[in-house]
Amino acid sequence: MDWFRKPKYMTVRVAKKDKKPGIPDNLVTRCPSCSEIIFNTEIEKADRTCPKCNHHFQMSAQGRLAILADNGEFIEQTSGKITAADPLNFPGYKEKLAKSKKRTNLEDAILAGICTIGGIKTGLAITDFGFMGGSMGSVLGEEVTRLIERSIEEKIPVVIVSASGGGARMQEGIISLMQMAKTSAALSRLAAAKQMYISVLTDPTGGGVTASFAMLGDLIVAEPKALIMFAGPRVIEQTIRQHLPKRFQRSEFLLEHGMIDMIVNRQNLKQTLSRLLTISPK
Amino acid sequence: MAQAGGLDFEKSLVELEKKIEEIKNFTDGRQMDMQEEIQQLEEKAQELREGIYDNLTPWQIVQISRHLKRPHTLDYIHGMFADFMEMHGDRAFIDDRAMVGGVAWLDDKPVMVLGTQKGKDTKENIVCNFGLPLPEGYRKALRLMKFAEKFNMPVVTLVDTAGAYPGLEGEERGVAEAIARNLREMAYLDVPIVVVIIGEGGSGGALGIGVGDRVLMLSNASYTVITPEGCAAILWKDRAQAARASEILKITAPDLKRLGVIDDIIPEPEGGAHHDPQVVIEQVKTFLQKHLAELSKKTVNQLHEDRYRKYRSIGFFTDVIPQTAEDEERLVEKPATGKKTVKKKKTSESNDVQ
Ligand SMILES: [Zn+2]
Repeated sequence: MDWFRKPKYMTVRVAKKDKKPGIPDNLVTRCPSCSEIIFNTEIEKADRTCPKCNHHFQMSAQGRLAILADNGEFIEQTSGKITAADPLNFPGYKEKLAKSKKRTNLEDAILAGICTIGGIKTGLAITDFGFMGGSMGSVLGEEVTRLIERSIEEKIPVVIVSASGGGARMQEGIISLMQMAKTSAALSRLAAAKQMYISVLTDPTGGGVTASFAMLGDLIVAEPKALIMFAGPRVIEQTIRQHLPKRFQRSEFLLEHGMIDMIVNRQNLKQTLSRLLTISPK
Repeated sequence: MAQAGGLDFEKSLVELEKKIEEIKNFTDGRQMDMQEEIQQLEEKAQELREGIYDNLTPWQIVQISRHLKRPHTLDYIHGMFADFMEMHGDRAFIDDRAMVGGVAWLDDKPVMVLGTQKGKDTKENIVCNFGLPLPEGYRKALRLMKFAEKFNMPVVTLVDTAGAYPGLEGEERGVAEAIARNLREMAYLDVPIVVVIIGEGGSGGALGIGVGDRVLMLSNASYTVITPEGCAAILWKDRAQAARASEILKITAPDLKRLGVIDDIIPEPEGGAHHDPQVVIEQVKTFLQKHLAELSKKTVNQLHEDRYRKYRSIGFFTDVIPQTAEDEERLVEKPATGKKTVKKKKTSESNDVQ
């Protein structure tokens, strides 16, 4: 998988002349879209979007939970009870896991549980790009599957927010690939039970995640300008030996090609989901 | 004895076989008796053969699984079934030649057979796009599977692809959606599905027709989430280290059986399927007959349940050990979901090379 990409957001070192006097470097960020220097507090206040140009910065799973779930929390968190094994004894995997756990404060690249969204009880899973590219290994596959099964039992709709540019997790080899089949099979059960599934695509989502639960929503919603792909842009460029158009594989491109239902600004996302979830049978 | 296929690791064997052939041709019709020399050389060749083929490395298996002369999907279809009637198109856009399929008869019963098609040479490969399907290939496959479901015939899929075609048009027309939909639909198809990995099983592009009640694999086939070359490029920034990556990734039939991803291994003739296509095609047919007969006894509900459980149980993880009293309390309540599938973590240390 060539889906591992550098995060599009980083705290930049501000050149001396740009810097307002007396502002420490770690308080501001240069927006990668409009190049404006913006106070981090302003970005956070706008749900991690750029107040100048509406650029959507990447966001942690916890941050998303805070803005999507009522009261910003689960009624019951289902994830976090299991943790990755290393079935292939893959070089460097254990170290990567340890670092990612520490950095993200998650057991794996997912946060899942039962919450209410606009008062409607919902199974909610959120993947986190900060944890090994949000890639799907055994734990992510199992957490998604457990959440879907639990939601079937409770007869509630499911929302999955994907930030999984890493696709299937290479470090677990073929076992990761099989998680695509496992999560899709669970969604087959959900569909048979006529319960709603809304997939929310955020920057970036790729490979084995796109080619399984992310594209299987009854409704598919994307944040603006999110990179949503199957094969990574570099792999495609190597195949066709030419540069790709600028908007290629972005949300707007997918909307034009009929792959998603709507593009929704992050600050309207909860409201949109709340409204859509009212259609879901009670 | 068929000649070796000419892969790098077979060079010494190919040379020796050529030498034996030369001596035979030279002595033919002459007043010379070189029987003893020939026999000695043939014994040596056999020794060499066993030395190579009984100890194939994962990387050598990958090379055999990609061998141009290996029997491909249509060779199997024509060899195993009677009256293959090919069906075309996804009914929306095109007929993807990288995916072939149609109805064929096995022991007088109709079967839906489909698979990714690779070519034996450049000319064929241009037609079938090197066996790299477009979204329409997966949509055609699903259309045919739904046809099979409607008319109650089992589905056999033959997998031999490096993956879905990684190009502009695939992304534009939703290859990810096409694969995902197949995964969802195949999970609950009402008829038996037997999958055979006959050559290369390349990631999501293979899995897109690879969900079934039984997954069989030829002994020199490979099945992987990422090519060894791609893995080496990520791990060591060096595609040339693919051999090393292929050891790590666990992509051979015995490894995949041990991991619970495949159900049965179909043996190939010495040196690989291309050394004796007739034998391997018969072999695959025998395995298909056996598994289809077993599956035909199951009810639709049993098929659904067993298939779901098969995929539901794949995964390796451990329980989080409670650190605090609060954690402990949280963990007492067991999830109210499916059966527990925790498999114990290995204890051996990582041989970290990064
Ligand atoms: Zn901006």
